[in-house]
Amino acid sequence: MKTLFRLLLAVTVLLLGYGFCQAMYIAPREATMGDVQRIFYYHLPSAWVAFLLFFVNFLASAWYIVRRTDGADALALASAEVGVSFCTIVLITGPIWARPIWGIWWTWDARLTSTLVLWLIYVSYLMLRHYAAGGQVPVLAAALGIFGFLDVPIVYMAIRWFRTQHPQPVIGGGEGSGLDHRMWMAVLWNLLAFSLLAVLFVWTRYNQALEERALEEAHAQAALAEEELR
Amino acid sequence: MSASSVTQAPARQSSAPAAPSVWSIAWRTLKKDLRLEWRSKDAINSMLFFALLVVVIFSFGFDPTAEESRRIAGGLLWVAILFATVVALNQTWTRELRNQVLDAYRLSPAPPQSLFIAKTVGNFIFVGILEVLMVPLFVVFYNLRSVGPWWQLLVVAVLATWALVVNGTFFAALSIRTRSREIMLPLILFPISIPALLAMVDATTSILTGDNSPVFWMRLLAVYDLVFTTISLLLFEPVLNAE
Repeated sequence: MKTLFRLLLAVTVLLLGYGFCQAMYIAPREATMGDVQRIFYYHLPSAWVAFLLFFVNFLASAWYIVRRTDGADALALASAEVGVSFCTIVLITGPIWARPIWGIWWTWDARLTSTLVLWLIYVSYLMLRHYAAGGQVPVLAAALGIFGFLDVPIVYMAIRWFRTQHPQPVIGGGEGSGLDHRMWMAVLWNLLAFSLLAVLFVWTRYNQALEERALEEAHAQAALAEEELR
Repeated sequence: MSASSVTQAPARQSSAPAAPSVWSIAWRTLKKDLRLEWRSKDAINSMLFFALLVVVIFSFGFDPTAEESRRIAGGLLWVAILFATVVALNQTWTRELRNQVLDAYRLSPAPPQSLFIAKTVGNFIFVGILEVLMVPLFVVFYNLRSVGPWWQLLVVAVLATWALVVNGTFFAALSIRTRSREIMLPLILFPISIPALLAMVDATTSILTGDNSPVFWMRLLAVYDLVFTTISLLLFEPVLNAE
């Protein structure tokens, strides 16, 4: 397991480096936006990873409600924490791009607003985990995780009813939406690198959560044993 | 000894021989809650006064003309009701903590769903009463007159109130298990309720101004109610019995 982890770490670092070269040097300069557009190569992979991890959180939460395994709860916690981090990157890189291109930092557009609401939901999930006490945390958190994920499509439907300002998906869109071949490569390499990075983070956090639990268990057992000795 | 445990005991005795249905237990729990509220008026009074304060403070914050107030009243009204609802929701379950009534309920063979249904319907009635009292106040304070058909407001009110209380009752049951529970409830309730809040505010504004059709928002509220009522009923059992 440890070897696999180190291997994954090495591959991820290499891929992140390669993806950086692709994004910064090899992909051509965007015709109208200039170099600012290059932030897109980080914006999109972060968004993809965040949404994927929220989905993982939902699956783990549902699994926990059904089976009550420690692993499912640790995975739910890890995916929510890492997901919120990547979602934060999305919410930070977005305005950095928007300021020079749209002239404003923020607008209450469909995609921006839904991402923000999503971020709020999962921050509230982490808050609940933080404030709830003892052994009931996993159940309460799992319930909230399921609620939060089911809310996502409703949020999206509600907010799409407003005017959309976010650029339409350029990938696989209509005519004239094609990306340059080298831009494509930059997107794909970074997607891969970020996905692996997320796996790495979740893996680490997952193990840590399980170890934390084992440690708590050991402390409790030790205290009980001490009690008995007296 | 709290009144809740007193009133519950005879109800259980009389129904002991034949296993009572989910609905009859829910009905009895609801009756008990309504009677408690009728005697103490804790939730209604605090909610009503809180909402009144919010309305008055809002009117200091904005100084709208009749046309403007028609556009913002929907938002103000629902935000005031949302805040007031949280005040009532916080009391829903704390009432059951005294004398371990909630633990007694967990030990009893009564289905948890009936407890949830009773609490939700109870809150629905409390918030409904609040709305009935608040709306005339809004009409007077903000010079409101609906341009669209006013009966649609009734439909929106029912759908929206259910959306607030069904999630609110569930999350109140969640937050009662946490440290600083009064603060926790809005922190988890508000993010999830954003689409419902958006829908109720926009539906109300569309009806008041008569500019747009509120049908999309009403449908969205109905879907929201359906999804979260189902999921609350499914997940209430594990949450109630969480150790």
